[in-house]
Amino acid sequence: MTAPSRVRPARVAGGVGDSTLRPDGIPKLEGSFEYAQDLWQEGALWGATTRSPHAHARIVAVDVSPALSIGGVHAVLTADDVPGSPTFGLEHSDQPVLASDVINYWGEPVALVAAEDRDTARRAAAAVKVRYEILEPLTDPGEADTRDEAFRRIRIRRGDQEASGPVVVEGYYETAMQDQAPLGTEAGLAVPDGQGGVDLFATSQFLHVDHEQVVASLGLSADQVRAHPTGIGGAFGSREDVNLHIHLCMLALRTGQPVKMVYDRSESFTGHVHRHPARMWYRHEANRDGTLARVEARILLDGGAYASTTPAVLANASYFAVGPYKCDSVAVDGVGTRTNNPPCGAMRGFGAVQVCFAYETQMDRLADALSMDPIELRRKNALTTGDHFATTGQIIETPLPTVEVLESLAAMPLPADSESDLLPGGSGLTTEARHVMRGIGYAIGIKNLGFSEGFDDYSQARVRLAGSGAVVETAAIEVGQGLVTVLAQIARTALGISDVTVEHVDTSRIDSAGSTSASRQTQVSGGAVLKAATTLRDRILHHHDGDDLTDQGVLRNGDVIVTMGELVADDWQETATFRHPPTTAPDEYGQGKLHADFAVAGHRAVVDVDPELGLVRVIRVDTAQDVGKALNPEAVLGQIEGGIMQGVGLAVMEELVVEEGIIRNPNFTDYLLPTILDAPDVEALLIEEDGSWGPFGAKGVGEPPTISSTAAVAAAIRAATGKAIERVPVRPQDIAL
Amino acid sequence: MIVEFLLNGEPATARIVSPVSLLDVLRDQLELPGSKNACEQGECGSCSVVLDGEIVCSCLVMAADVGDSEVVTVEGIGGDGLTPVQRAMHHSGAVQCGFCTPGIVVVAADLFARNPNPTTLEIKEALAGNICRCTGYGAIIRSFEKLARETS
Ligand code: FES
Ligand code: FES
Repeated sequence: MTAPSRVRPARVAGGVGDSTLRPDGIPKLEGSFEYAQDLWQEGALWGATTRSPHAHARIVAVDVSPALSIGGVHAVLTADDVPGSPTFGLEHSDQPVLASDVINYWGEPVALVAAEDRDTARRAAAAVKVRYEILEPLTDPGEADTRDEAFRRIRIRRGDQEASGPVVVEGYYETAMQDQAPLGTEAGLAVPDGQGGVDLFATSQFLHVDHEQVVASLGLSADQVRAHPTGIGGAFGSREDVNLHIHLCMLALRTGQPVKMVYDRSESFTGHVHRHPARMWYRHEANRDGTLARVEARILLDGGAYASTTPAVLANASYFAVGPYKCDSVAVDGVGTRTNNPPCGAMRGFGAVQVCFAYETQMDRLADALSMDPIELRRKNALTTGDHFATTGQIIETPLPTVEVLESLAAMPLPADSESDLLPGGSGLTTEARHVMRGIGYAIGIKNLGFSEGFDDYSQARVRLAGSGAVVETAAIEVGQGLVTVLAQIARTALGISDVTVEHVDTSRIDSAGSTSASRQTQVSGGAVLKAATTLRDRILHHHDGDDLTDQGVLRNGDVIVTMGELVADDWQETATFRHPPTTAPDEYGQGKLHADFAVAGHRAVVDVDPELGLVRVIRVDTAQDVGKALNPEAVLGQIEGGIMQGVGLAVMEELVVEEGIIRNPNFTDYLLPTILDAPDVEALLIEEDGSWGPFGAKGVGEPPTISSTAAVAAAIRAATGKAIERVPVRPQDIAL
Repeated sequence: MIVEFLLNGEPATARIVSPVSLLDVLRDQLELPGSKNACEQGECGSCSVVLDGEIVCSCLVMAADVGDSEVVTVEGIGGDGLTPVQRAMHHSGAVQCGFCTPGIVVVAADLFARNPNPTTLEIKEALAGNICRCTGYGAIIRSFEKLARETS
């Protein structure tokens, strides 16, 4: 990668702009880092879940006695045992904690068991006798749309609806259901406090909203439940919803003992939501010079059985349906259907991924129809600061370097024709080099940063002096992305103190940090840390009439007038809440200032294809990404490379196969994940600019790498094969047949 | 049944009452949670250990079969301070969530012990059984390429 310029002189060691090392790196490398899977307490029981083998059924009777009669079983709970709200949900409380009447998806929880060891718990869960009356599942989202089984519909109309252009391309596109597949499955430990309350340590992305839902379903007061952060093995959206949280607490409160639960991989596939499969119909009309005259889109996302975040994911898909392009005549109709398929919700990219595959394929087709260079077509229509956003009409106020992203991407050197250490099919020697066809494809994408549509998006952080420096307290969840590193960097630079650690604290000790999603934590929780640290420094300097704060303490004219030890003894601390610029709810035509910030990224993929067997090897994916300011360039690169790999996965291999509502490949043998042999080389250009409201001008970087990488790989396969490629992942039969 | 074996250089005893994997015994009985369980199917390499000199997925090894064997887990790699493999990963951003990390450390330590300056392809082939969902592998490859250069 190209090293970006530093944000500002790193006056403090380990401040912003440095590629500071992770504070949790060493324990993770030594195997001593404690994950939710590793938690244990003396006397703890193991929990397990009885799940429905049907996608749609009526529960006729539940008999728990066969499970209860197994030695070592301490409790078996059903829907009747849920003490409070029988349902939960991130935005809409529509999902039963335990199904009582109707089963709406395959794997829906029906009963819970606590037993003395894991095997007994699993055996008992299997022994619970449930009589089902099987019902016909609704699994075709098109049919659900017709029957108006919808979580949300969005209708966007902007500009002259009669506008048209002489060059028209139409297309229909599909993307499959993708799984986040974090390596750590769902896991946790609930510990009763002996006074009717409970402490929960479980995998999460959004501690305070887990807490709210747990409190409601337990029927307790907020202060009786404490949700604690814990070590997490990746997330990518899969941990935004509650899954085992309420279950664990119910079992712990019922048995009076700590209860541990760890999903195995196949249970994990039913235990969290997935990326929505999408069906998208598009029509682009352009003038002869290539400017977009009108874009129409119809977007269907299948939400599956329960709402989860479908309304918000659908909003993103609909509002980002045109991409990072200007157009003054737009019509988008989106629907998020309700079916008996597995529930879908948050996954990295959150609705922007699916539509990017469609609109970028359309842009390539349009370039073709216009006999125009595809980069030139994109440049001509590129959306930038000061423009109206094509769907919502919002004026882009923050920096948006779309043209720079495109131009720098196109200018990056291409690999030599022969450059590749492996052929498609890997070491299987499936083809000879001379039969391999190479293709190159470009795509760019855009996504919102932070929560949209008028959501009150805030984070609280506390900075206090302690030990020989400062401690940052936050409930923001570290899932592996490196928030723990960057929050400390922000505090160091803002305070002028190098000894800073981050402490992830439970829900009773601090207000919400919001969710670790929407690429928002660096900007929003980082904003809270910056605010708290800056205020704290100002207060200390003002109080002591000093002119600088350093590791030594307060300085005046270069002399230490109060030592760090003295400051720490005085218990200095500051708590601050940061809110991003306000957004509005959409009007009936989807218009308004819906988003607080945007980021663009572009990808250029180079693929080798074996046309006979339909095998693809992605050689390289180069990228230029709008990052605002890179606070930790190496960590940014890590997000970029990891995000690209997940985008490549969706392009060529990752698909949850669902038939009649049942996931056919809920394991790592059949759900293919990219291995190191599938990893493309990546060259990344970080495009920096001033003016974002994030701390030191930073923008979120987690999601943009996944938005257009899928589309770029698909475009490269199209270029290599001449096939239409209207669906991802691209399967061998899509190429070879 | 009682199984005795050498674990990270020390004698270890496991009491086995039901068919159970080496991974479960390591994690649940012998208090070595460094080996991770991410698939229990031999597909991800998070549970990699060295068994009598060979890399294995400990989730696929029956604990009853390791009697008199020698097992090395991530906890047995290195001693005081980080080994070169661990240091290389730490300094190149090769750790994010870290769930794949112990398995990668075990496999890479074995690779570098056998071949101190592997080529990029040899690095990739050695790690082909270790899935990492976070990094996209770039930083992992760079860290070991750098280490291979340093040791050549
Ligand atoms: S847990 Fe053993 S290979 Fe995945
Ligand atoms: S660092 Fe998370 S799986 Fe590798």
